Amino acid sequence: MLETIILLPILAAFAIWLGSPGRITAVVASLINLIAVVILFVQYQGMNTGKMAFQASYPVLSSPQIQFAVGADGVSLVLVLLTTLVTWAAVWGTVDKDGIYYIASLLISAGALGAFLCTDVFFLYAFHELALIPTFLMIALYGHNDRKDAAWKITIYLGVGSLVLLAGLLGVVWYCSPVVDHHKVLTFDLLELLKHPLSPDAPYAKFGPYNFFTLLVGFGTLVSLFPFHSWAAPAYAAAPTPIAMLHSGVLKKFGLYGLIRIALPLFPGAVQTPWIQQALLLMLLGNILVVGLITIHQRRLDDLLANSSVMHMGYIFLGLATGNALGQNGALMLMFAHGISIALLFMLCGKLRNQVGTLEFEKLGGIANTAPFLSVVFGFAAFASIGLPGLANFAGEVMIFLSTFQDFTAAKGFTMLQVTTILSLWGVVISAVYMLRAYRKIFFGGVTSGLFVSDPTVGQRIPMFLLAAVLLVVGCQPSLLLNVLQTSIAALGAK
Amino acid sequence: MDPHSLTGVILLLPLASALTILLFHGMLKKSAHLLSTAVSVIICLCAVKILGADDGAVPLLPFLNIGDLHLNIGAIIDRQSRGMLFIVTFVGMLVHIYSCGYMKDDDAKARFFGALSLFMFSMLGIVLADNLLMMFLFWELVGVSSYLLIGHWFKKPEACEAAKKAFITNRIGDFGFMAGILILFGLSGGHLAFGELKSQIEADGSLLKFALNTNPTLITIAALGLFLGAVGKSAQVPLHVWLPDAMEGPTPVSALIHAATMVAAGVYMLTRVFFIIHLSGFACEVIAYIGGVTALMAALMATQQNDIKKVLAYSTLSQLGYMVMAVGLSSPEAGMFHLYTHAFFKALLFLGAGAVIHSCHHEQDIWKMGGLKDKMPITFWTFIIGTAALMGVPALSGFWSKEAILGAALNENKILFASSVLTATLTAYYMTRVVVVAFLGKSRGEGASHAHEAPMIMTVPLLLLAFLSLFSGYGFFAGPLQAMLPHPHESGAVIVGVCSLAAVIIGFLAGTKLYRGKDTDPVSIPLFANKFYIDEIYAVIVKYAQDRFAWIVNALEKVFVDGLLVRLPAALTSGLGGVFRRLQGGELQGYTFLLGLGIVIAVYLAVFLGAKS
Repeated sequence: MLETIILLPILAAFAIWLGSPGRITAVVASLINLIAVVILFVQYQGMNTGKMAFQASYPVLSSPQIQFAVGADGVSLVLVLLTTLVTWAAVWGTVDKDGIYYIASLLISAGALGAFLCTDVFFLYAFHELALIPTFLMIALYGHNDRKDAAWKITIYLGVGSLVLLAGLLGVVWYCSPVVDHHKVLTFDLLELLKHPLSPDAPYAKFGPYNFFTLLVGFGTLVSLFPFHSWAAPAYAAAPTPIAMLHSGVLKKFGLYGLIRIALPLFPGAVQTPWIQQALLLMLLGNILVVGLITIHQRRLDDLLANSSVMHMGYIFLGLATGNALGQNGALMLMFAHGISIALLFMLCGKLRNQVGTLEFEKLGGIANTAPFLSVVFGFAAFASIGLPGLANFAGEVMIFLSTFQDFTAAKGFTMLQVTTILSLWGVVISAVYMLRAYRKIFFGGVTSGLFVSDPTVGQRIPMFLLAAVLLVVGCQPSLLLNVLQTSIAALGAK
Repeated sequence: MDPHSLTGVILLLPLASALTILLFHGMLKKSAHLLSTAVSVIICLCAVKILGADDGAVPLLPFLNIGDLHLNIGAIIDRQSRGMLFIVTFVGMLVHIYSCGYMKDDDAKARFFGALSLFMFSMLGIVLADNLLMMFLFWELVGVSSYLLIGHWFKKPEACEAAKKAFITNRIGDFGFMAGILILFGLSGGHLAFGELKSQIEADGSLLKFALNTNPTLITIAALGLFLGAVGKSAQVPLHVWLPDAMEGPTPVSALIHAATMVAAGVYMLTRVFFIIHLSGFACEVIAYIGGVTALMAALMATQQNDIKKVLAYSTLSQLGYMVMAVGLSSPEAGMFHLYTHAFFKALLFLGAGAVIHSCHHEQDIWKMGGLKDKMPITFWTFIIGTAALMGVPALSGFWSKEAILGAALNENKILFASSVLTATLTAYYMTRVVVVAFLGKSRGEGASHAHEAPMIMTVPLLLLAFLSLFSGYGFFAGPLQAMLPHPHESGAVIVGVCSLAAVIIGFLAGTKLYRGKDTDPVSIPLFANKFYIDEIYAVIVKYAQDRFAWIVNALEKVFVDGLLVRLPAALTSGLGGVFRRLQGGELQGYTFLLGLGIVIAVYLAVFLGAKS
């Protein structure tokens, strides 16, 4: 079942390449995928064991053991749900474009699905790389602004980041492979590796923190962790709309997924090693405060959204930095919420760009007069992204904040973790400043002469409406996701 | 029906109304106001029914349940929430009815009433909240509805700026609120329900008690954090700047949200968590002084405003300062009592001002009004009642509640008592000024000369509020309302009575003497007229501290992170010459090359490692 879910977008992309009509094929394929994933999600919720389900494997190499193995637990299902939802919205929202747009979107989707569903470290890594190729190409070929520059930057950064990550993953394979008859049997099978975490009393335990840190930097670069973030903003601003939606909304979450799935459980306690935790806290403060201030400075909507997306990663890292289960649950909740909200924002941004050809605040204004639907949905998504209660992002953020105070005691007083949280709370003010400034500049005020923006057609409203509805429903009832998340995260060993 | 289960109805109906109007906006253009108003009437009846209910807690909706953590939506019924529930729904209902007249010709009437329903939902959530997280949740939602309503006329740049300013300033307060919540959450071992926190503080050997004994500074920080939330929402110095600007919103909104209910939510929250705040003497002192300073400064600013709504806005700030000060002086009952009476007479004053503005064709400058006494008798006389209650004329509601606060100040802190009496004098002075200039004398403007009495749909709410402004201070009314009637002060009651009476008389005489029959303002104090230049100072801070700093950070990133970390390797690689450049032939190959390299190395190493072991 899971293999088909990964394969379907690839087949659809192939069909489009052979001449099948782009939009229809892509929409149908992604819709089938979305429905299938929803069914699996409901089924899994019924089991709710926290264990891997729907498994299948096909051996590829015996020594070291590499197999094309798939499986899903709550963590992967939540992200797969996000992937299929955003893919469907992205291809639905892409109208009158060459087939290449749909092919690229579907391939990115397939790569992300593979990365989230494979339980083999090799394939998990390879699928993510596969998804990056169409991202680079689309930015370089069909991007906006300084597309060449942006494409170069993201290629170099993610290339180097992937290499660091690779080193870390090989370390994982080396340290965590099982020993049978005094021989290390190297395996890329993640489920097997997870049985042998490098606990503090293991022989090579002292290398654990270093290996963890390598993974943190590798995965972190893919998630635009400060100071390895400067690829992200120009790339998202330059990327064609569906690509920006898919990369910032979905693919970027791969790095975080890797940390939760691989790095945290295999190196238990490593994130609480003082130097690692301190370094991580400083880096994520960079995301929240430094990038937050940079976001305030932006003068174009695409740049602003791109930077805000980098900024919000800081909160997710904060959830991971605690090392506790609540923090990881919050992180996943926020990953899902951020994915939906940023995809929606980029989608609206794309509609604006199509109609007026500019995204500079100075040239925009008063759009609410002629496009009320667009304004309402944009306001909704903007408020979601700045953490308005009742919408999904808030649930994630508040869980993360609470998790950092879980071990707070009167005797210990404030530690660096809590101080970081208090400082990151200021980010909530910063994001309100830039989002409301942008909203006011673009949508409010009198009609700007020479600027006419009309509301999207009824058909185009459907994905916007659906994404907004998901933010609202999950925001009011986080348990919809938490039910499966908390058992799965507990099964991964987080307390 | 069990009165307790009505709490669910009270929350659900306004939410349903708001959602219906949002989703079916097109169809409801003509009828949204009927839906919203009907809902406001029903929930007011529910609130009356709950007035007679016993104390209790009603779980409503699960929210965050994970591991040992249980943070849910639940209602708490006690004497505090019962009274507040009545005030909010009653004033809310009157404002809904009034708005049907006031907003009759507005193009976006449906949007207005949708936001009003959203406001009712959020505000009632704050009132009913049984835990701090739920309170925070609805706290932010009232912020949004306030944002939407201030910015209702979004074509006006001032309205947009005011809406933005209100939300952001409140967010600064929420920063503290959240920090306070987090500290309490940590110290109590994961609890945020008011009941649980309270029993921990009372019980020996509990976590919170332990924290209080070992590290009381943390409790002080938490209390001050929560207070910062109240500073934002209740517009205390130094976060008061958003409230006067918020007057850009339609006047009924100013009456309901920015005078009677939402801005009082800060005071309500402080009384809810008073059992924590009063553990810290330092926090109490800070709260009392912030309240006292706000009361005095705002009263000074009010003396020099010419916009009728601005005068009332500064007066609201000043009265909120009284309430906050009362909490800081360890008399939350006095603060709540003043909150109740103030809700009625200030809503009355704003709605009265709205009637005036409405009939003067949106003229808000008191110097262009005048002579309205005979043209708008109902408005005039109800406005007089509101003014008298606000001034603290004996026997009216405001007199009793203000006296309770002054009494508390006399017992606790003589400096604050003196400043409060001065504030009371100024209050009498600036309200006399408004009445004399706007209603008496001769018409000085085009709009005022053609003014006529407001329609009945607007005057009936005025009359009802006038009735309450007269009598809500008395036991026969406040008793059933179960307002938190303060204990009478045994000592110094005479001094308080004499001082507050003197304040009213002096203020009134000064106001009449200076302004009777004047066509222009005989007094000019630029410092007060310009609100102590606080807005200007903030503008400079934002410009230089925030924007300039953001610019510097941005530039640094361009130079270092971009320049050195990205350009340098790029330059090096191209400098490597032939080999790499050929690989790069077309740029696309260059991109794919690096990617492919990753996969190739992975495969190579995997096989290589495998061969070795």
